Amino acid sequence: MKIQLKVNGQDLELEAPPDRRAVDLLREELGLTGVKEACGSGECGSCTILVDGEARLACLLLAAQLEGQAITTIEGLAQGEELHPVQQAFVELGAVQCGYCTPGMILAAVDLLRANPDPSPEEIRVGLSGNLCRCTGYQMIVEAVAAAARALRDQGRSA
Amino acid sequence: MTAVFTPTSLDALWQVLAAHPNALPYAGGTDLLVKRRAGLIDPPALVHLGRIPALRGIRAEGDWLRLGAGCTHRELLAEPRIRQALPVLAQALATLGSPPIRAMGTLGGNLCTASPAGDALPPLYVLDADTEILGAGGSRRLPIRDFIRGPGQTALGAGEILSAVYVRTPPPGSWHHFEKVGLRNALACSLVSLAALIRFDAERRVAEARLAWGSVGPTVIRCPAVEGRLLGERLTPAVLAEAAQLARQAVQPIDDLRAEADYRRQVAGNLLLRLAGDTQVERFS
Repeated sequence: MKIQLKVNGQDLELEAPPDRRAVDLLREELGLTGVKEACGSGECGSCTILVDGEARLACLLLAAQLEGQAITTIEGLAQGEELHPVQQAFVELGAVQCGYCTPGMILAAVDLLRANPDPSPEEIRVGLSGNLCRCTGYQMIVEAVAAAARALRDQGRSA
Repeated sequence: MTAVFTPTSLDALWQVLAAHPNALPYAGGTDLLVKRRAGLIDPPALVHLGRIPALRGIRAEGDWLRLGAGCTHRELLAEPRIRQALPVLAQALATLGSPPIRAMGTLGGNLCTASPAGDALPPLYVLDADTEILGAGGSRRLPIRDFIRGPGQTALGAGEILSAVYVRTPPPGSWHHFEKVGLRNALACSLVSLAALIRFDAERRVAEARLAWGSVGPTVIRCPAVEGRLLGERLTPAVLAEAAQLARQAVQPIDDLRAEADYRRQVAGNLLLRLAGDTQVERFS
């Protein structure tokens, strides 16, 4: 089927089987390999993308469901060379070890901060509880999200 | 390749279902697409229900609150009328899956999956919720206990979908409680859960108790014997210990890969002990 959608700000028309998973479409047809797959069953958050600004799991979305939607992957988060404040905070606070969970963590954090610009550490932990880091670097990740929230509030902007 | 239909109205849905009687409807896909990927099901066609406005939204109808079956758990948790008037439901939904699962999964999906571990079910049993079933020919209403027939089994007939859940706000002063025991806090399938809705008289004695356990039987279990034992009593540890023993006799858990039946039976009683003295103000509505 033909699917019209917006990916990282760009209007696209794709030809794809309607039951193709979004994670496969994005990685294999569009080369957006920042969308990671780990469990493939909705339990790890590695394949998190933003659909119309909210976090969704690309392993549990079918191509037909993407019609008319605006998708953001980790590749579309920075403005040119300028990292998104959540990305910047992950870099500065060392919230990255192997990096495999990082795109999902960052996009889940963006969704969290849009809904709740001033989360408590506990709210950050709950907000990221659908994302697993097998390096177990959670402490730095939580600190980075808190730092990003402060930076966004200082700049007076939304995630 | 499997066809995937995305009807945008009920009329379009009935046409799809008439033309493809074996097609499987789905909403969030958080359960169905996992089973499909694992090779457990191979439907000839899929029908995504997420674009039908008539299945969305929350609205008051007389004494009842109508929750569209297509509401996601995230939408329900963001709804002040649910957080304030139905905390037992809000507490349960907050433990369901994880943030992205709550953003994708729907109330209707949780009911139609009809897992004994479905976290939305015990609160809906204590709230005596009704389900609204819709087909091309019209609609009918069924109490939730009649809608869910067994593990994975519902009262839905061919060409029918679940369109809404109706709940009534409990009388003011009702005490709402939900607790789930799982292997971890997020993304945990419940091993045992308990929803309780309790009304007290002026002397803090139980005037009405509704209790429902999840994951300890083929469907959610309401226990009239336990509810009756609490009537007229204060929730002291001694009273609850007796009620817990009755609860352990009433539940019908099985051994599975997550826990053994004996453990579930023990915990089903233990969860009642939490009601002792735990009548925090914020749990009243």
